[in-house]
Amino acid sequence: MKTLYRYRFQCGILSLLVGLLGLFIHLSPQTFLHSRIYIAFMSTIPFAALLALGLTLLIVAGELDLSFPAIMAVSGFCFSSISQATASPVLGLFGALATGSLAGLCNGLIVVKIGVPAIIATIGTQFFWRGTATLLADGLAVNLTELRETALHHILVGRLFDCLPMQSLWCLVIALFFWMILNRHIWGDDIRFIGDDITTATMMGVKTDNVRIGLFITMGLMSALASVMVCLEMASWWPTQGEGYLLIVFAAIFLGGTSVFGGQGTIFGTITGSIIIGILEAGIISGGLSGYWTRLAHGLVIVVSVSVYAVALKTRRT
Amino acid sequence: MSTHIIIRATSLHKSFGAVQALHDVSLSIKRGEVVALIGDNGAGKSTISKILSGVLRPDSGSLQINGDEVNLRHYSVHKARSLGIETVYQDHCLGEKQPLWRNIFVGRHIRNGLGFIDVAKEKKMTLHLLQQSLGLRGVGVSADALVSTLSGGERQGLAIGRAMLFNSNLTILDEPTTALAVKEVGRVLKFVRSIPENGKSALFISHNLHHVHEVADRFLFVDRGTIVHQSLQEKTSVAELFERLEEYSANSAIRGDK
Repeated sequence: MKTLYRYRFQCGILSLLVGLLGLFIHLSPQTFLHSRIYIAFMSTIPFAALLALGLTLLIVAGELDLSFPAIMAVSGFCFSSISQATASPVLGLFGALATGSLAGLCNGLIVVKIGVPAIIATIGTQFFWRGTATLLADGLAVNLTELRETALHHILVGRLFDCLPMQSLWCLVIALFFWMILNRHIWGDDIRFIGDDITTATMMGVKTDNVRIGLFITMGLMSALASVMVCLEMASWWPTQGEGYLLIVFAAIFLGGTSVFGGQGTIFGTITGSIIIGILEAGIISGGLSGYWTRLAHGLVIVVSVSVYAVALKTRRT
Repeated sequence: MSTHIIIRATSLHKSFGAVQALHDVSLSIKRGEVVALIGDNGAGKSTISKILSGVLRPDSGSLQINGDEVNLRHYSVHKARSLGIETVYQDHCLGEKQPLWRNIFVGRHIRNGLGFIDVAKEKKMTLHLLQQSLGLRGVGVSADALVSTLSGGERQGLAIGRAMLFNSNLTILDEPTTALAVKEVGRVLKFVRSIPENGKSALFISHNLHHVHEVADRFLFVDRGTIVHQSLQEKTSVAELFERLEEYSANSAIRGDK
């Protein structure tokens, strides 16, 4: 019983997912009782989920990053141009990861060392990296169909046994890794205390600057990885890549019960939140409603669940 | 001879810009002794405690811990803790939204070479601490409880218990009773009283002279950045403490008018 209470947020979000799935199965059994839709989900949801994982750690530490869609664009451009120039997508991948971590490092230094609040700093860098990517690419998309048959394509976004999208496996592995870090590693402890009360963390000997900069770099790396996967899956790069992810990723995280005030958050919640956000659109359309309903439903689900969390927290305190 | 002195500060000076916060402060604390710093607001009590706990660096002066000279340029909170000096602050001492076991071990986790925490062992030790040292019993006690569910007194108790667990030789308590209800104050004072029982020492800073008189063995009076008087508990009444403190306050008030 006590354990159940401790995991009440996780139980709540999981029952929301199960409830929605039940509803969708009821409304359109021909779609939701067929494996095809789930394979489609497994190929699209991991991109947002990977971004959400990196951002969850950052938000638990009381920071945030609005520049990750732009970091996706610039590191994806590095991936596509290095892959084409050297004919080696693996080199391209490393180039993208280097670009992503460099962009993350910039965010970290501006926020932690110069002292600009993350929301302002990353709005600025967001414009900067988006502009850089557009300038470098001359505003044009890059066709990457020649990467279709490369080993990197099969490893990152191929279909295991001709059905299971590899990106979902990567996402799962990285989620488990992040869970270990957040719950069982001293870094996770540092992250929690920094987000809870940074003065306390300092007093307790946590090296707050290094941890915060490290988290921004991690977010940059996750953006780069997601971008490379998107490039490979879509077989192209385009200058506005990543733009659609910003609000969806934040929504998934807060839906998953991570506190906007820092100090608390769960990997399980973030993954479940990403799945809920990811299946809503398909569920609505196959349920016979027009696609116009998607945003309304997103909004409804987010506002209601975040309100439930707020009420739950309030009743606990009194 | 000097081995039973836990900490000895000699001739500490500290200025913040043009304001001289400390002027030639020297003090020492013996093993098994509770020393109280008494003084008006701004007298320099907190500055002294922050220098001893490694938060602030003095402009000049020296510090000996357990008879060894400390290099003040490399002295930090971290270093102080490794030398057995712990500080219990009024605030900023515990992570509100974190479970008790994380708060006990933050910054000092029992971990393997890769940095992974031995959660089961830490929870067990936390439960033991809660039951044995803090006297919290019953089914409600859990190492997974959040700090936000504790009362003010329990929080101070937890912070003092943490210092004890890590074998702190000197526990610095900066206003530990200020924000507490009457019943809670009693518990905290009891925790403080239990510190010398184990041969450990404490530096107690409080505005409340009744509390000070109840727990301390020796009083140091701080006025305008320097220690102006000291007296032993058995030779001083609470009334005398009040008289002396009022005298200093009145003096600074007169000087303020000038």
